[in-house]
Amino acid sequence: MNLEDICKLLQATLLTKNNNLKKVVHSAFSSDMMSDVLAYAKDDSILITGLCNPQVMRTAEMMDLAGVIFIRGKKPDTTMLHLAEDIGLCVMVTELPMFNTCGKLFCAGLNGGVSLDA
Amino acid sequence: MPSLHYEYQVSGDDFTRAGEASSDIKNKLKQMGVSPSAVRKAAIAIYEGEINMVIHAGGGAISVEILPDQIAMELIDHGPGIADIGLAMQEGYSTAPDAVRSLGFGAGMGLPNMKKYSDEMTITSRVGEGTTVSMVVRFE
Repeated sequence: MNLEDICKLLQATLLTKNNNLKKVVHSAFSSDMMSDVLAYAKDDSILITGLCNPQVMRTAEMMDLAGVIFIRGKKPDTTMLHLAEDIGLCVMVTELPMFNTCGKLFCAGLNGGVSLDA
Repeated sequence: MPSLHYEYQVSGDDFTRAGEASSDIKNKLKQMGVSPSAVRKAAIAIYEGEINMVIHAGGGAISVEILPDQIAMELIDHGPGIADIGLAMQEGYSTAPDAVRSLGFGAGMGLPNMKKYSDEMTITSRVGEGTTVSMVVRFE
């Protein structure tokens, strides 16, 4: 499943420019706690979150994540989006709530991106 | 490759800018051609440390030395210090206030994560004086 498929499936709006929408994503991680993302997310996975502050982009950068999906219509401001574009991060927003977002992606074949190793 | 040294001042009153030093260090390692897995480990470890500095200590200083086979990172703050380092190293233990949790941090994973992603880590701390964390990540 690539980023374009995910965007269509969630009826999401793409917020960043120059995305590589053909990038394949194998797993997803959902959390509003960046501490947990930093502890457990796998690289090249996609983050689903309801938290909307610049540290979401920084966390995704450090973790080498492929993209971020903001749920329930939470829209990052332009400063956050510029940061995401500098990093090369694909950012989208869906109107769906967290559970439905995760459910749709899981049913479409994405699995949890949990890494217990460093 | 000779040894390279970089210093960063981390502001304690601007949460939105936290992570800028870590981002710069990550980019430097990438440009030097360090393996992606080692870059990722170092980036996560230093970012957790930088966030800790902002959340708990009112900022501080980061000093980095990059050698051909490793990166050594030192984080020095003059915050409240850590009374019980053993307790602070336990996953889930946190003294962060609710305001910090609402920003997505303070789950008690910072120090354990820094240990997990670094190859060596030492903490020295005195209550009322501050904390120094030293970490090494070796390049495979």
